[in-house]
Amino acid sequence: MSTESIAWPSTPVESRSFVDRLHEWIATVDHKRLGILYMIYALVFLMIAGIEATVIRIQLIRPHNDFVSPQVFNRLFTMHGTTMIFFVIMPFLFGFANYLMPLMIGARDMAFPRLNAFSFWMTAFGGLLLYFSVVGANGLYGAGNAPDVGWFAYAPLTSRTFSIGHSTDFWTLALLVSGVGSIGTAVNIIATVLCLRCPGMTLAKMPLFAWLNLVMAGLVILCVSPLTAAQMMLVIDRYLGGHFFDTQAGGSAVIWMHFFWVFGHPEVYVLVLPAFAFASEIIPVFSRKPIFGYPVMVGATVAIGFISMSVWAHHMFTVGMSSAANNFFVISTMAIAVPTGIKIFNWLATMWGGKIEFKTPMLFCIAFLFQFLVAGLTGIMQGAAPFDWHLGNSYFVVAHFHYVIVGGILFCFFGAFYYWFPKMSGKMYSETLGKLHFWLFLIGFHLTFDFMHIPGLLGMPRRIYTYEPGRGWDTWNLIVTIGVFFQAAGILVFLGNLIWSYFRGKVAGNDPWDAWTLEWSTNSPPPVYNFASIPEVKSRRPLWDLKHPDDPDWEYE
Amino acid sequence: MNAISTTLRPAELEWELPERGRVAMFALIAAEAAIFSIFVVAYLFYIGKSLSGPLPAEVLSPPFLYTICLLSSSLTIHFAAKRIRSANVRSFGAWWLLTIILGAIFLYGTASEWHRLIYEDGLTITTNLFGTTYYSLVGLHGFHVIVGLLGLTTVMVFTLFGTVKQEHAERIDVLSLYWHFVDAVWIVVFTVVYIIGR
Repeated sequence: MSTESIAWPSTPVESRSFVDRLHEWIATVDHKRLGILYMIYALVFLMIAGIEATVIRIQLIRPHNDFVSPQVFNRLFTMHGTTMIFFVIMPFLFGFANYLMPLMIGARDMAFPRLNAFSFWMTAFGGLLLYFSVVGANGLYGAGNAPDVGWFAYAPLTSRTFSIGHSTDFWTLALLVSGVGSIGTAVNIIATVLCLRCPGMTLAKMPLFAWLNLVMAGLVILCVSPLTAAQMMLVIDRYLGGHFFDTQAGGSAVIWMHFFWVFGHPEVYVLVLPAFAFASEIIPVFSRKPIFGYPVMVGATVAIGFISMSVWAHHMFTVGMSSAANNFFVISTMAIAVPTGIKIFNWLATMWGGKIEFKTPMLFCIAFLFQFLVAGLTGIMQGAAPFDWHLGNSYFVVAHFHYVIVGGILFCFFGAFYYWFPKMSGKMYSETLGKLHFWLFLIGFHLTFDFMHIPGLLGMPRRIYTYEPGRGWDTWNLIVTIGVFFQAAGILVFLGNLIWSYFRGKVAGNDPWDAWTLEWSTNSPPPVYNFASIPEVKSRRPLWDLKHPDDPDWEYE
Repeated sequence: MNAISTTLRPAELEWELPERGRVAMFALIAAEAAIFSIFVVAYLFYIGKSLSGPLPAEVLSPPFLYTICLLSSSLTIHFAAKRIRSANVRSFGAWWLLTIILGAIFLYGTASEWHRLIYEDGLTITTNLFGTTYYSLVGLHGFHVIVGLLGLTTVMVFTLFGTVKQEHAERIDVLSLYWHFVDAVWIVVFTVVYIIGR
């Protein structure tokens, strides 16, 4: 398997000009460089979408505010949602999967390096296409520029009649293009995990990271494809005069909802499974214990993968489905809490009795555990159809899914950034700045999203541009907006830490955490060929076996 | 320079993993199947919901001959892949060419059906829901046939130039997997459009 790798000449970096180095990055097929490109790309879009969120919150800081116009407000929440899902979290998780997967399973690259580069550039062009709408979509005067149909773009708002100009076309084409990239990467991840594992690494001996990303890639294949199909139909409607979502010709607006959420709900698990993967690597290392219940963790992951395909219509209780359909989706939604709960118990059991080191990555993972639990509980509240009729389309929903995506997923991604930063850059990050980032972001997160639940319960609908005073929403909205500034400060500290540490940080060494998976056995940063010789493993913790030959894991597994 | 990993023992135990091309093709087929299933669901959902004619029962007749052509091309590509494994390049080329011809005949069938529907029956993609779903689903399948034929023709050209050898058998297997998928999807499309849909 190693014969497929490409040997690069190891000339020193200083001797090449800037253009040469830029060319090397643009033309690269190396999984580590592509992984870093994904991450930088995602960080840029995180900044953009974060600024959009800040503007949205400034607009809502007090009643009757007019910081932005209603039209701009619609564009802002559409772009914020679309960007965060498709061009921040997705590139983040593909970046980490790209960078770490071959290193963790003892391979020299992904299964298809050129497909890998193709997928990255498709995703990248998708994001550029979406933002090109700001200058390129002015088809008619006053017809708007950026997409303003919301991130799930319900029909018939997206039809030619109601969305004149080209803003919706940019939205749908951007998602089509990046969807092709996502499917390509998912195919690549599956082929890499199944076909390139180093000798001895059976499926039952893979790091949990590999398992979770394998299931994630499977879900991408099964859920991004329906989105791609739905976008094709939308393009057919808008450009060829089709009637898929045209209610005037007998078409159905509800079928778009089904098609979108068939993608939309599994997508949540696509985003969260990599976060689980990071937690499953970070928590054991900083608890100094192997993961508790490895086979159960794998089983729970696969169960989540299956059940997540059958819960989508819990986004549609307020549409008015039959009671049989409501019952089915309530029960399946409750069912998915079981494997997720198993995972939370297993992480807690891993920490139980461990020698916990409260380093920055671990802090983020501990916060993730608590916040993800709360997010799951509010999820169950809305999973009950009668309660959802009250909560549907309110700020409670917004608070819930931000609890999942920020409090659960983004916290784990920050943890992962700190945990693997020494491996990727060769430098150690600043622990002080890392802790400052953690506390700022934690305070900001809870100010914003804890208090956002309350106006939701009081009936404040999502996506409103402004509101009347005296409804009991004013104070809550003020607190929510104040929290945003703490979060923004945290993100700035985070970026400052990355940049400062990259140039000025201490040399990290190959294995700063005394960890157990294969990526820590090679240099930091790893050479292009990853491993001088392809390793052979006998247990789930190959480096433990190496460091403790008197008491290796494989005697017990 | 590679302090720890050099102390790991080099690979020596027997270690067999699936071939990456096959795995990737199966993953791609799963993705394609998901795309098709959405179009099939849309077709089934919109049966009988058109507000105006022409309706399927009036204009569609099952294309049995072309269907037999496409399905038998699965058989011929199977024989071709078998021949290349046993290094019989000449016989491989003949079966491969037959596969392309059968695929092309099928494509001609779709084209002539569309021509008749458009110019004689006045059914286009904008006419009604039947038109929209029919042209989308059959067109999506036709697009896959075209992509498959491009792949097959590329191999045919290389075969004529004599560069295809036994060592390429695995790659040809991967391509034939795709072709089998295109044929299998047609069974579904045929059932949905020409049997259930009428």
